[in-house]
Amino acid sequence: MDLTVTDLSIARGGIPVLGHVSLTLRSGCALVLRGPNGIGKTTLLRTIAGLQPPLSGTIGLPSEDVAYAGHADGIKSTLSVTENLRFWARIFGTGDIAPALAAMDLAALAERPAHSLSAGQKRRLGLARLLVTGRRFWLLDEPTVSLDAASVALFARAVRTHLSNGGATLMATHIDLGIAEAEVLDLTPFRAAPSAAAPGGFDEAFA
Amino acid sequence: MTALLLRDLTLALRAGGGFGLSLAFFLIVTVLVPFGVGPEGGVLGRIAPGILWVGALLACLLSLDRIFALDYEDGTLDLMATAPIPLETVTATKALAHWLTTGLPLTLAAPALGVLLNLPTAGFSWLTLSLAVGTPALSMIGAFGAALTVGLKRGGLLLSLLVLPLYIPTLIFGADCVRRGVEGLPTTTPLLMLLGITLGSVAILPFAAAAAIRVNLR
Repeated sequence: MDLTVTDLSIARGGIPVLGHVSLTLRSGCALVLRGPNGIGKTTLLRTIAGLQPPLSGTIGLPSEDVAYAGHADGIKSTLSVTENLRFWARIFGTGDIAPALAAMDLAALAERPAHSLSAGQKRRLGLARLLVTGRRFWLLDEPTVSLDAASVALFARAVRTHLSNGGATLMATHIDLGIAEAEVLDLTPFRAAPSAAAPGGFDEAFA
Repeated sequence: MTALLLRDLTLALRAGGGFGLSLAFFLIVTVLVPFGVGPEGGVLGRIAPGILWVGALLACLLSLDRIFALDYEDGTLDLMATAPIPLETVTATKALAHWLTTGLPLTLAAPALGVLLNLPTAGFSWLTLSLAVGTPALSMIGAFGAALTVGLKRGGLLLSLLVLPLYIPTLIFGADCVRRGVEGLPTTTPLLMLLGITLGSVAILPFAAAAAIRVNLR
């Protein structure tokens, strides 16, 4: 099963940002979304993840097969690294967190409370969560923010392993992960036409 | 579901979790009221059921905005919405965790605090029973209010205004149950009404709260 997006139009805060986006993501493939700030990369990812409805168009998606990682990592600062990760493993019904800890080089930090982690270490914990979800499609929003070069390489390796196991990733990122097989989709041509960008009534007041 | 419940309980019990806050507030109210009302035992005993119920209700209200706001801020709610457990289960579980950390301790502490308010001995069992039956409704209605206001900055005021009117039936029947128990009148009617409100909110509000969260996550 592939992830297919057909003729999708999306809005943020009642204002259309992207129109007529179509893309296909096959197993073992990585697709990188590019585009200037505010073009709607995050909104597109959130729409595909099912967190908000599209204006029009369809998203063909194997149900319950998507793991989403946004700007916030969903880490509880009073729980330890292991407790945070084990919680998500139990929510997703997968057992072992040791491979995820090892893959993101968190084994040495396993018993540390999350509030004592640095920003980059927190991000690594957030990305390790993806590994315990057991989901095939990863939707990643700026996954490399606050990671150092070594951690980016670590993450790229995790992504490549995921791809070779039949997974797929759709990510919005500005840096080159060094994944050769990744395709790049520039969202600029899909920008919603200015005429369509009429103020969306009262919705904007609540955005 | 168990994982979520255990995590919420752990978070509440750890430093900064706010577990003791409601209980301390309840204690303060019941300790201060006798000083304000004066030492006349008769007056105090008569208003004790109402004071205890109002105190428990306000103590419950105090911790409501924590139910979803913290999870919203750190992104957990986004991730939970894409997780395999339905949001309805999430809201019901979080309401249960809220009750276990506020409603249950309040219920258990109430008889001891009833002594401070000179509550007649006949009322003790009815106080405990009515709180045990009524406080789950407070947590569930509160979780619904918290879900409605989850995306708002400083949503606490709005949350209180939304939830307070919904709390009034529980308060009326709860306090009435204790008053009737003290006076030796039959308590079946208020107790059944209280139970009805609780069961009704537990049956309906998880769905309403989940729908509210879905809208707020957009």
